[in-house]
Amino acid sequence: MTALTRWIRRNLVVIAGIGTLAYLILPNVVVLVFSFNKPNGRFNYAWQRFSTDAWTDPCGVADLCGSLSLSLKIAIWATIGATVLGTMISFALARYRFRARPAVNSLIFLPMAMPEVVMAASLATLFLNMGVDFGFWTILIAHIMFCLSFVVTAVKARVMSMDPRLEQAAQDLYASPAQTFLRVTLPIAAPGIAAGALLSFALSFDDFIITNFNAGSTVTFPMFVWGSAQRGTPVQINVIGTAMFAVAVLCVLVGQLAGARRKRS
Amino acid sequence: MTQPTSGGDVRLDRISKTYGSFTAVHPLDLHVPAGSFFALLGASGCGKTTTLRMIAGLEEPTTGTVRLAGEDITALPPYKRPVNTVFQSYALFPHLDIFENVAFGLRRRGVKSLKKQVEEMLELVQLGDFARRKPQQLSGGQQQRVAVARALINHPRVLLLDEPLGALDLKLRRQMQLELKRIQTEVGITFIHVTHDQEEAMTMADTVAVMNGGRVEQRGAPAELYENPGTTFVANFLGTSNLIEAEITDKSGGDLVLSAAGGKLAMPAERCSAPVRTGGKLLVGVRPEKITLAHAEDAGTVPEGRNRITGRIVDSSFIGVSTQYLITTPDCPEITVYEQNIERDARLVPGAEVVLHWNPAHTFGLDAAQDIDAGTELDEEAA
Repeated sequence: MTALTRWIRRNLVVIAGIGTLAYLILPNVVVLVFSFNKPNGRFNYAWQRFSTDAWTDPCGVADLCGSLSLSLKIAIWATIGATVLGTMISFALARYRFRARPAVNSLIFLPMAMPEVVMAASLATLFLNMGVDFGFWTILIAHIMFCLSFVVTAVKARVMSMDPRLEQAAQDLYASPAQTFLRVTLPIAAPGIAAGALLSFALSFDDFIITNFNAGSTVTFPMFVWGSAQRGTPVQINVIGTAMFAVAVLCVLVGQLAGARRKRS
Repeated sequence: MTQPTSGGDVRLDRISKTYGSFTAVHPLDLHVPAGSFFALLGASGCGKTTTLRMIAGLEEPTTGTVRLAGEDITALPPYKRPVNTVFQSYALFPHLDIFENVAFGLRRRGVKSLKKQVEEMLELVQLGDFARRKPQQLSGGQQQRVAVARALINHPRVLLLDEPLGALDLKLRRQMQLELKRIQTEVGITFIHVTHDQEEAMTMADTVAVMNGGRVEQRGAPAELYENPGTTFVANFLGTSNLIEAEITDKSGGDLVLSAAGGKLAMPAERCSAPVRTGGKLLVGVRPEKITLAHAEDAGTVPEGRNRITGRIVDSSFIGVSTQYLITTPDCPEITVYEQNIERDARLVPGAEVVLHWNPAHTFGLDAAQDIDAGTELDEEAA
């Protein structure tokens, strides 16, 4: 008995760590396991028997892959738009003093602070009043808007901490303004820009509330999952979910490896 | 620009810089001869760094022109000037390794085979083994040498140094001073060095310009500035000076006779930078190490013809090579005296009555209209 308590006491941190990891990973494991299920009804909630049907035919459900590719397309464009605009805003806010600066500085964080549903509803009202047709473009505009604040947060911190003399040193060493930006400013700001872009992609890809309000008849992947959950859950949803999880883990691993290599050299 | 070239001379004509209502640099003329080691010396906020940055092109002058080897470069952007800067914070590129930092300037100008050049330059600053390290993995002194290498590899006509040794500790600073001086002699490039450290300026530079409040107070060789300061600021900022208020009573031959400190003093007329007029006021200066102390009992042994003042020791501090005495006299402020520790007189202790005497030729005269304490309390001025 005492030997056991002693063992527990010594390994408490490890036990707690494994418990936390299990808590985080268990839902993903369930999704993975059920992607190999062959349910009897329309709902994939009870284990029946092993099957790779869904994996061999991921687009077997009507509209699933269409909504997925739409979501990916929107996420990519929203990421590009928000990253480019957000980076420029960050530089403006960090480098220049202009009259609207304090206002922009606080307004840019509004999308982060405001309840999503409020923003979704007001955006929808705005589009309605302007007579804009809901669809791809309204979704994209909405996504770029709320991703902006995350990009600005990530990039501005990086630009603010950058020594302005580095750019002067570059100019002093014969780099033209364009070369200075490409060779010095951009590489130093890159980690912040990359963080902002990754955040944007993740946020845009799985956004439901704002998209739902501004999509009209267009259906993105999160909307598809929501809609099908009312009528039944195809196994293919688990397949896509598992694939997304694998890609995300891969991205993190690559990032960690690159970081470790950079530190070592 | 790509070939190794010798230094060029820099000529500033009526150059000035104002920020709104604040004048950082008053219109100033300055000529830095080619191949010289020139120091701009002054307290922080005196305009020396702004002047340097105008030469580099990082600051646009409000008025005036910058000429390099006769050519007007005022309108050229920094990346088109054959001038390189060593920044105070070194400003090494954190995302590039040492090799790429040093190669940066060559790459920007499209130099192809630069490997050998960079390696040779790293050898010159003794950092050959560090080529693949990142700047943050190097010590302060090593980073400083990278900054010098990164600038020198471009063979600039002029190398600008903005307080390059400020972040180093005293011992390393001494070592780097000699190192920089050696490199300058070797490469023959014109060095313009900005510093607030008067000792650093005097050890390294051939010519020093002392700046104060956006103006050049005086320029000359270090010894000349030290022995013959033209203003109270220079007298107090470069080393220590004893300044005594005096009145001109007579002028005989090349000498001035003055009444001061309750007695008579003499000085050569050519060492007076103020207008000479009988009855006029003057500030008489003498450096602490020029003064000899004699105990009052030995007053008779003081040779004729020397300036003498009597006083009493209030404080003495032993600092190894010398002893510093603080002496009060009835008619003038406290006088500082440095005595070499050769044969110490045991009677020279606080409270002792003494006679101070020095060679009249070591006296200098300044315009009495100036602030007698200018340049003494620099920490306050810098704030």
